[in-house]
Amino acid sequence: MSDNNGRDQMLDMFIFESNQLIEQLEEIMLDTEKEGELNSENINEIFRIMHTIKGSSAMMTYNNISKLAHSVEDLFYYIRENHPDNIDISEICDLVLAASDFIKQEVSKVDEGKESDGDEKEIEARIKQYLAKISGSEEVKRDAAPAAAAKAEEKKPEPQPEEEAKNSEVPPDDFRYIAKIYFDEGGQMENVRAYTISRNLMEFTHEMYTYPKDLLNTPPEIVLENGFMIFFATNLEEKQLRPIFEEALFLKSYEISRVESYESELQKYNLTSADSTKIKDTDSQKAKTTTTTPAKVPESNSAKNNAGGKDSSVPKNNKMSLISVNVNKLDSLMNLVGEIVISESMVTRNPDLKGLQLDNFNKAARQLRKLTDELQDIVMSIRMIPIAGTFQKMQRIVRDMSRKLNKDVEFVTVGEDTEVDKNIIDHLSDPLMHLIRNAMDHGVESEEERIKKGKAPKARITLTAHNTGGDIMISVSDDGQGINKEKILKKAREQGLLTKPENEYTEKEIFNLLLLPGFSTKDKVTEYSGRGVGMDVVKQNIEEVGGSISIKSVEGEGTTMTIIIPLTLAIADAMELSVGNNIYTLPTVAIKESFRAKEEDIIYDNDGHEMIMVRGNVYPIIRLYDLFKVDTDIKKLEDGILIMIEGDNKTACIFADKLIGEQQVVVKPLPKYLARYSIKELGIEGCTILGDGSISLILSAKNIINRII
Amino acid sequence: MAEAVSKQLVVQEEDTQHGKFLTFQLGNEVYGIEIRYVTEIIGIQQITYVPEVPKYVKGIINLRGKVIPVIDVRLKFGKPPVDYDDRTCIIVIDINDTQIGLIVDCVSEVLNISDDNIVPPPSYKTGFQNKYIKGIGKVGNAVKLLLDCEKIISENDNTEAVEKLDN
Repeated sequence: MSDNNGRDQMLDMFIFESNQLIEQLEEIMLDTEKEGELNSENINEIFRIMHTIKGSSAMMTYNNISKLAHSVEDLFYYIRENHPDNIDISEICDLVLAASDFIKQEVSKVDEGKESDGDEKEIEARIKQYLAKISGSEEVKRDAAPAAAAKAEEKKPEPQPEEEAKNSEVPPDDFRYIAKIYFDEGGQMENVRAYTISRNLMEFTHEMYTYPKDLLNTPPEIVLENGFMIFFATNLEEKQLRPIFEEALFLKSYEISRVESYESELQKYNLTSADSTKIKDTDSQKAKTTTTTPAKVPESNSAKNNAGGKDSSVPKNNKMSLISVNVNKLDSLMNLVGEIVISESMVTRNPDLKGLQLDNFNKAARQLRKLTDELQDIVMSIRMIPIAGTFQKMQRIVRDMSRKLNKDVEFVTVGEDTEVDKNIIDHLSDPLMHLIRNAMDHGVESEEERIKKGKAPKARITLTAHNTGGDIMISVSDDGQGINKEKILKKAREQGLLTKPENEYTEKEIFNLLLLPGFSTKDKVTEYSGRGVGMDVVKQNIEEVGGSISIKSVEGEGTTMTIIIPLTLAIADAMELSVGNNIYTLPTVAIKESFRAKEEDIIYDNDGHEMIMVRGNVYPIIRLYDLFKVDTDIKKLEDGILIMIEGDNKTACIFADKLIGEQQVVVKPLPKYLARYSIKELGIEGCTILGDGSISLILSAKNIINRII
Repeated sequence: MAEAVSKQLVVQEEDTQHGKFLTFQLGNEVYGIEIRYVTEIIGIQQITYVPEVPKYVKGIINLRGKVIPVIDVRLKFGKPPVDYDDRTCIIVIDINDTQIGLIVDCVSEVLNISDDNIVPPPSYKTGFQNKYIKGIGKVGNAVKLLLDCEKIISENDNTEAVEKLDN
């Protein structure tokens, strides 16, 4: 454990594995609940998952997790063995999900480098209670916990016939030993560890007794406190025996003493020759087959599994063609491809080539371009993962909330296989969760209300994702009560959020009020929503990944919230434009159109702000040279060009000298040193390296607009 | 064994760098910065102007695919600006993983200044540039002003905050 590197790796593995297993478990439980029955395959799967978690968390010394996993394992052990018919599916789902939540929470604590200090007792008690309920007797309840594990342990190895016991004569040339073993604190499941040692030892002994007799059914605390004793006969020398003990984990101390006979000792501990049965059975069988019997292999494996839990963690589904790769490696691959894209345009657009007739060169350059494009697509596709995992989480939320709020909701997901960049998916989960909660809490009415309104009693929430080319569109829609515009305006007025007369607000603008910080229409604060922190955070999260959110709603019929996010962040289509000596890059997504105008077309308001009328709408003009304080000769509208940009649901026209051309650019962040200045707020979101090696600043339409209006 | 050797090498490397200063000129004054901060010296090159930053931050340059900010040390120290010529250099320094380029009039040489030839600067309370000076090194009859690189990078926030307060 002192090996730091080794542990870090182990810890990473543990976190990764546990999260994966828990996700799997949740999926199974949600399926089970939908189907309304527990099929044996699922029972086995749950059992397996819990077993693995128990083992690995015990190994990592997360006491609470392993205990809880153990109790769930017991429960499912009982279900698997006895097929009780009085199982309440929803109750059992609740229990397992509660347990999985607990484990998830603890694992995330570990992930953040905190102590895993959650208290598992409450859930554990609930599970035990439930087990007692379905097994019908208090008796079973007490025994089940340890017994189940023990049985599981015993059943997996080949059943040993009881009668073999008679073959217990110890060869006369054997040495007899008494060993006393103590474990370190914090090692967990000392009983199983002790059992493992005895198993390991068994291979070399002809007779063996342990005290306490039935190690697996002895509470771990007792083994920890009192240690355990093994009496055995073997033909090995003491020094040959030591390694067997020493390989055990969390061993505090052990002593081996050689004795003439341990009969008297055995009597002292109330052990009779019959007590050595279980171990001796195997032993005798082993003695008969002499060499390492095949039966031995599964046994020691399962014993190890219990202690280590690593082996059984390999998912049995055929995922062999997949490998997992560190995201950092993908990031650097992506960067490299970005560099290649840049160098490619450096070569093909090299100023030295100007005016030359280069047919063959151009042909080769086109080929290169095609290949780099392909390479870029593939690298991007590697980073793409289906959004199904995120949708899964939402399913869970709907389920939990529909219980708590007592609203019967049908949750429909469409387009789960839509693929999104890994970085973006990580940012999506929280906003989506929030939207779903809002839909459940504010949107959907209670059943009575729905019936009164003549709607289907069961509400429906639809989560859709689809790829619209360059963007991913994700929408959450419900058929609930919709948004009351008057109510929003009223609230906004009370909170002083209105910036112009109420009757001037368009529908879009009214809905956008919802996205302002501190806005909440919900009259009372519930567990899920209404605190007024929320929609603005959703908006922020989505904007962080370059996306936007819009709201549509028809009162009485429902609400749809649509999130539009770019497919990927690192490479964007952009338009280059020049202002004086500077070249700026503007993402094409933000550009609506570009046009020339005359100085006379400018409309001034009474503050002297410049505006221009296009097809009946008036848009503010932002002169880039003014905004960025750069020198240019082109200051008259007719000499330059106006570009209409849209961001944050607002539109404006920016004035630049000229458009240079469209190009794919690799977005690079601005140096850290510059972060202290408010460049980003000014409207520069990054930079890119142009074909000639110079740097161009990438403009953020949204921030530029927000600065002005 | 190999580890011990490499460790020794590292120590040696640090030792060889200790007491070595790269000197550069701003007008008539000679400044020195510890050589361990310096990654490279490049000639002046195309600088992309960045809006809304203090005057001394000249913008960003492309250093083999890496985007790094450059600051004009003259302006930073409140000296009058001069036009850049072919003697103007950018000293790229790396401090705690922050890369930054310093524009200087010209680079002179690398000097050995032993610790006992370095004296702390006098504490003028009003001296603006003084706060970036770590010590004064004596080499023969001349003195070199030894810069505190970390302050050049980090102090910014403070000076600006103070300036803002004053306004």
